Amino acid sequence: MKDLQNTPPCDMGVQIGGLRLANPIMPASGTFSEDLSDVFDLDILGAHVLKTIMRDARAGNPTPRVCDLQGGMLNAIGIPSKGIGYFRDTMLPYWAGYSAPLIVSISAHTMDEFAQLCEEVTLPGVAAIEANISCPNIEADGRAFAMRPDTTEQVMTRLRAATDLPLWAKLTPNTGEPVEVALAAEAAGADALVVANTALGMSIDVRTRQPRLGNIMGGMSGPAIKPIALRMTYQIARACSVPVIGCGGIATRDDALEFMIAGARAVQVGTATFQSPTVMARLVAELSDWAAAEGLTSIEQIIGTVTAPTGGHS
Amino acid sequence: MTIHPTILSVPAPEGLQPRCAEARTRVVSNTPVNGEYHLLTLDAPAEVLACQPGQFFQLLCPEPEGEHPYLRRPMSIYGYDAEAGQLQFLYKVTGAGTRGLATLKSGDGLNVLGPLGQGFTMPAERKNLLLLARGVGLATLAPLARMAQQQGRRLTAICSARRPELAMSVDLFLSYGAEVIVVHDGDGSATPEALRSVIEAQIAQGRVDAFYTCGSARLLRLLQELGAKHNIPGEVAMEQQMACGLGMCQACVRSFREGDQVVHRRVCREGPVFPISEAIA
Repeated sequence: MKDLQNTPPCDMGVQIGGLRLANPIMPASGTFSEDLSDVFDLDILGAHVLKTIMRDARAGNPTPRVCDLQGGMLNAIGIPSKGIGYFRDTMLPYWAGYSAPLIVSISAHTMDEFAQLCEEVTLPGVAAIEANISCPNIEADGRAFAMRPDTTEQVMTRLRAATDLPLWAKLTPNTGEPVEVALAAEAAGADALVVANTALGMSIDVRTRQPRLGNIMGGMSGPAIKPIALRMTYQIARACSVPVIGCGGIATRDDALEFMIAGARAVQVGTATFQSPTVMARLVAELSDWAAAEGLTSIEQIIGTVTAPTGGHS
Repeated sequence: MTIHPTILSVPAPEGLQPRCAEARTRVVSNTPVNGEYHLLTLDAPAEVLACQPGQFFQLLCPEPEGEHPYLRRPMSIYGYDAEAGQLQFLYKVTGAGTRGLATLKSGDGLNVLGPLGQGFTMPAERKNLLLLARGVGLATLAPLARMAQQQGRRLTAICSARRPELAMSVDLFLSYGAEVIVVHDGDGSATPEALRSVIEAQIAQGRVDAFYTCGSARLLRLLQELGAKHNIPGEVAMEQQMACGLGMCQACVRSFREGDQVVHRRVCREGPVFPISEAIA
């Protein structure tokens, strides 16, 4: 370990298409709100990613909405939303008080509704739109636009036409064709790909024989799914030319580094914040210390630097 | 046994006054009480000790043998003492989280997040308070009783239990100057019908300006009925399964009456204390 006192600081900024982030750490949609400002100064983050909004007010799913698992959790919150009016009149002015770029996550049941919402959130103060085309709770049996390349391309084409803002697509690990879906999103004009959302799962209480979620199925998140998200990040970063943002089970500095070495330009931290609300603040500091100690001048120097296994015959 | 790694708290940026903090505490003692409960006493830093009665903490429970709880567990505050630098929780072992808590020994570390949520309110005109809870629900009312005594209010505590010897905190409530009434299942005194007569008698004697309760849906319904009949306000501390405890995840919603509407509120953020008249049991 080099002497940190005498090490010049590393530039922690990363470029996501046309958007410059002060550092690669940002929250994952659905695990972040103004409530976290009780714990640390939210402006130390690279970006602010809001919980998915939908056009109309929705109550969300029945409780229990979460259950605890080894290495993570399941959730079926169901996107409770106060609707577009509340976003425009209340949330947007609040977030305008911060300097970190604001990323607005949107979703809808139909392409028409999706495109309309995309146009409606294209507002001053919004730095980028993250299209949640992968939330597994929305449609029956966990189906989502991002399950297939054709539906991904159709919906992303509509969204691309609806906004001039940077447009990110949040992909799902539930598809068998992650690279094809990613290429379809890129072809339709996505400026970045967020890899990935939660994995559809289920848990049963053996004593009552009831599912442990009110919605029966839900999204698995946390350290247990990290290898899946990391594998997809690697596959997609190799196949696509737009920036990839890694997301899935990141809780430590080395987790974040793994995703960046696999090809991600930035990372989103979600479930770890539920266990430790200060985790993102720690990651920003630890990543910066690590980069300086490694003698990097820019954190971007580590992106996609994964090497071939040394291997050998057994 | 595995203990979660120490998580250091991030210092608050200058000018920001965090409402709660993630802090490392040390176990002073963790002892069985009444056969069913455990009393956990922690040495805690001042940054987490500006508590209000009715607030709660999110505890990062150690992993018990063969189990791996991931999320924190919400736990209402049983006692807090900023001068002594101590924090207390009274818990019943019911699942992986509390099984993990039961493994803690004197000197062990425990990461806590808090204090969280909105506590009980005691407007000045509420001079005669009636506290009613069953089992471990009484723990949540203990800090309220202490504050009521400090403010010179008159207290009646009705402690409900399966058996009289399981009634929690009777001595504690007595030490706070409360008149304590123990009701239990053995003689039928804990049924809503029997309790209704006991509470009606207290109301008739002018001893009830407000109700405070916690936990039980049956008791909540009884107090809603009596509160409406006699125009007595009250507050209830409610429970719900939580993930983050801060309000971000929206897992812990419950339904409440607001005018002629039913709305969702987060137990962790808008609660855990709510007006009895608005709660839906």
